[in-house]
Amino acid sequence: MRRRKIRWPRILLHGFGILMLAFLVLPILLVIPMSFGGGDYLEFPPSSWSLRWYRAYFADAEWLASTWLSVRIAALTMVCATVLGTAAALGLVRSGLSGKGYVQGIIAAPMIAPAIITAVAFYLFFSRVGLVGTTFGFVLAHTVLALPLVIFAVMASLEKIDPRLEMVALSLGASLRVSILLVTLRLALPGILIGALFAFVTSFDEATVSYFVATSGTKPLPKKMFEGMEWELSPIIAAVATMLTVLSFAVVAFIAFQQKRRGNTPA
Amino acid sequence: MGAKDGLAARRSRPLFGPWLLLALLAPTVVLFVGSFAYPIGMLMGESLFVKGAVSLDNYSRIVDRPLYVNTLLRTLRVGGLTTLICLGVGFPLAWWMTRLRGLAFNLVIACILLPLWTSILVRSYAWVVLFQPTGLINKALMALGLTNGPVTLLYTEGAVVTAMVHVLLPYMVLPIYSALHNIPPNLSRAAQSLGAGAVTEFLTVILPLSRAGVVAGCVMVFVLSIGFFVTPALLGGPRTLMISTLINQQISSVLNWSFGGALGATLLVATLVIILVFNRAISASRRNRGQGA
Repeated sequence: MRRRKIRWPRILLHGFGILMLAFLVLPILLVIPMSFGGGDYLEFPPSSWSLRWYRAYFADAEWLASTWLSVRIAALTMVCATVLGTAAALGLVRSGLSGKGYVQGIIAAPMIAPAIITAVAFYLFFSRVGLVGTTFGFVLAHTVLALPLVIFAVMASLEKIDPRLEMVALSLGASLRVSILLVTLRLALPGILIGALFAFVTSFDEATVSYFVATSGTKPLPKKMFEGMEWELSPIIAAVATMLTVLSFAVVAFIAFQQKRRGNTPA
Repeated sequence: MGAKDGLAARRSRPLFGPWLLLALLAPTVVLFVGSFAYPIGMLMGESLFVKGAVSLDNYSRIVDRPLYVNTLLRTLRVGGLTTLICLGVGFPLAWWMTRLRGLAFNLVIACILLPLWTSILVRSYAWVVLFQPTGLINKALMALGLTNGPVTLLYTEGAVVTAMVHVLLPYMVLPIYSALHNIPPNLSRAAQSLGAGAVTEFLTVILPLSRAGVVAGCVMVFVLSIGFFVTPALLGGPRTLMISTLINQQISSVLNWSFGGALGATLLVATLVIILVFNRAISASRRNRGQGA
């Protein structure tokens, strides 16, 4: 009796779930066919197909300069945030501070503080010290924003490691430096890698700080896209958006693969 | 477990002496203080100076002018609406996820994570394209005969809320899912064997046990939505000014750092109050997630 009663809600639940997934994914996917349109404007479905907007993107020095600037900033941010964040996570876990609520709150602050406030504050600070529009400025701001993600990712990995493994390494004659590098950090590597990925993506996608801190000569990709959308809806943006979406597919697939591999190894 | 941990901690203490710990932590502390806390402090300081003298004029201006009061109210309304819709949609979605296994579950989690990893500009762009007068939604409405000409969708509050729900929904689904996932399945069976119907079971077992996840999701979504800049700036217009777009206007167009700073301070205080009030629920849900992982 009960089973028969439950069936309808279940069908409704499945239908609702699939509808919501469509809401989450379809708007992003709709841009892909539009980017291959041959007309002068964005249309769905495109009346003709072509690669003209991709050609236009690769022929445009400004779009390429913005992309290259963003890649450079993201790579530098990834290195800085991963090194600083891994060190900080190690220090926090080994000093026993990592479990304290207020410590976690302070670490999370750049993540939780409203983006507009952080962005405007950086803009004010950078304009006083002459860092507006500089690569150093972008990397500094993005490193602050990416650090919490790296610290949390590495802390989660480190907390699973038995500190006695370091003792074992030491008792077998390894120096402290070697035991940290070869044992602890090797075991925390999955967390460090995920943290590095977080840092790269955070910087590469970061739009609010870039919006304020960019100058006409140094525009990271998000700022360039933002401007393009404010003034006109050039289909070049659809081409860029498609390439970025493919990239995020790759990231999600990479993480899924990483987790599957970690799941297979005996923990 | 406790004794073992205690022993390990005592043994590991000499490994990491105070100087090594200091060396590991100092760069991050310096960075946080020097280029996060200091710039924000600088901005807050700006708001207290009007024409070179200390005054609270900026703050009284916020509450005096209807334009600014309306902007604050709109920010709260859009944030509240976004949160409510995310909760209404996100809870059943998270519930659905607990029922799925294997490939189906992986597909669903990928669909929820994909937007999170997609550039915020790509997502806002998608909605701008959909909402424009010649966009797909208007074409569909006209094809169905619901309207004769294109309806204004872009630059309305509805457009902003829709796009914000799209961007923030994963932040609601994930904490609720982890809370639901941690409820032992026997509890549900126990409730049923004691004669509870589906509604009673939901109200007395599922809801109280997932409360931490629900609160954490709501706080996350609300806090992120009141401070959101990119989506309101691109999908909203002058009639849908929110606090973030007003701050941008004051700083980029009017060059009034002092008033922009006061608006920023107001937003920051509101955010901090919300987080501190609900802090306990958030940390409880984080603990749950830690156990689930």
